[in-house]
Amino acid sequence: MLNNHAKILAFFSQVGEVTGRKKLQKMIYILQACGVPFEEKYQFHFYGPYSEELSLRIQELCNLGFMNETKEEKSSYVQYRYNLTEDGARFLQQSALDMPDYKAQADMLMANSSRFLELVATMLFFRDLPQDEVEKKVQKVKPKQHYTAEEFARAWKMIGELVHENSVDGIQNR
Amino acid sequence: MSYKNEQLSEEKVFKDPVHRYVHVRDRVIWDLIGTPEFQRLRRIKQLGTTNLTFHGAEHSRFNHSLGVYEVVRRIISVFKDYPNWDNDERLLCLCAALLHDLGHGPFSHSFEKVFKLDHEQFTQKIILGDTQIHKILEKVQPGFAQDVADVIGKTYANKLVISLISSQIDADRMDYLQRDAYFTGVSYGHFDMERILRVMRPMEEQAVIKSTGMHAVEDYIMSRYQMYWQVYFHPVSRSAEVILTKILHRAKFLYEHDYAFKLKPAHFISFFNGNVTLQDYLRLDESVVHYYFQLWQDEEDAILSDLCERFMDRRLFKYIEFSPNRMMREWMELYSLFKKVGIDPDYYLVEDSSSDLPYDFYRPGEEGERVPIYLQMPNDELKELSRQSDIVEAISGKKRTDHKLYFPLDMLKEKAQNSDVKRILAILNGQGVVNHHAE
Repeated sequence: MLNNHAKILAFFSQVGEVTGRKKLQKMIYILQACGVPFEEKYQFHFYGPYSEELSLRIQELCNLGFMNETKEEKSSYVQYRYNLTEDGARFLQQSALDMPDYKAQADMLMANSSRFLELVATMLFFRDLPQDEVEKKVQKVKPKQHYTAEEFARAWKMIGELVHENSVDGIQNR
Repeated sequence: MSYKNEQLSEEKVFKDPVHRYVHVRDRVIWDLIGTPEFQRLRRIKQLGTTNLTFHGAEHSRFNHSLGVYEVVRRIISVFKDYPNWDNDERLLCLCAALLHDLGHGPFSHSFEKVFKLDHEQFTQKIILGDTQIHKILEKVQPGFAQDVADVIGKTYANKLVISLISSQIDADRMDYLQRDAYFTGVSYGHFDMERILRVMRPMEEQAVIKSTGMHAVEDYIMSRYQMYWQVYFHPVSRSAEVILTKILHRAKFLYEHDYAFKLKPAHFISFFNGNVTLQDYLRLDESVVHYYFQLWQDEEDAILSDLCERFMDRRLFKYIEFSPNRMMREWMELYSLFKKVGIDPDYYLVEDSSSDLPYDFYRPGEEGERVPIYLQMPNDELKELSRQSDIVEAISGKKRTDHKLYFPLDMLKEKAQNSDVKRILAILNGQGVVNHHAE
């Protein structure tokens, strides 16, 4: 029951608290691209790949009391934090999930900013294109982000590292 | 005259119950409508299993696609005199509107779930692959097919063009709300589209609404809200969809376990094997699916034949309201009791959730993914809709979820003397069994 919900709870039990909706969206997308079997459907949106299904699922988990959403008013922006509740952890224990170990990838993603993860996720969204066209496409669809050559280089490096982690199958074709 | 600009010698019209007429003058549009890939949409219902609840809902993806094209055509006729509008994008918009749902298969939702498919990816494949659609688009100019695919995939550089087909107030929604309301016969879903089209203004990245049109937009948002909960998430249609999904699961399971089908399910083999080609995908429509369901009613496998009979004869599962949090213990007990009495819970005890967010907005500094609807005030300032409308504010950002548990009450009643079945019924009755009926 609620297997796809349980997969999200399992993600939080691995990474702890996630700050920012964009970061959460991109982390799940990147892990999915690495072969972690999250089922949420993604489409290209304002900040790159975005899943309405994931957004609704997170809300459902909050409504069920399995996850906690905290809204913090900062001086010029609002920040959302998400973590697992005790009820969520209990529900997770009763779920029979068969997921690969993706802790190393998740930790790698957690250590990066949402802006950078947006870049990595967007590059992965265009992974069917030849490599030299990926950067051009990203610049075309995200002209206002002004991504630098250094950021692209770092993103390629991270994608390479994600592929070489043993626990998952590497980047999946779309 | 180039193919891109070629006009038909006289305008063609399709009589349409929602927009009265769909007007076609561009040769390219006429040719696209005539392709086998587009004609296939006639054989795919817009609302899947909803016709089992609302019997009028037999309209097809073909009807809707023509409708979206017509709405965009009318929007462009308003936009053409405004400075932010580039009329060179006209044909691209029309083609993208017409083709935006091209990759939908029969009962898309269930097929995508079971076979891990994505109709949007098939839309891209049909536009970019070896198809008649692709040939026509490339005849317009080399690279035009890619542009159409980019607009539909929301990766085209001109965001205004994307927003006409995909945003919180777009031609797609404006057509399907009215069309689905018309064919289901419900009284909600109606709003003054002509008024909205008259007050739409093109801006750099999206269309905005003149503030005088706010009340028409309120009506549109409320229509959407009501249609989702009254029609799209109707529990009886969901029951049919649950059964459909389980049929596909069962057929796949049997195939994977070398079950000898009476007739080889040739159309499904690549779906079962996870290697669906574009040709396989295009060959499958609702008639083919119904044909197999008809045959599978006579299969030896009791689960497959029972589920197919249920689907074909509209002998659907009953349901109760179900809270996965509060009822976790009951769920586990039900699951083991179903097994004990010989009713496979993996096929006959199904939790189903529906969620919707009627209108989303974000304040400065918030991370929003859906571009909100903006009103253009008399001084040209742009204001987000929910800040101006109390009605929209009341439902903004509010996600609503509905969880239900589906099961075959008739099957349980046949074993009503069994003490375990009595316990099952007691648990289910404790939550109040709903007697479902067609509306």
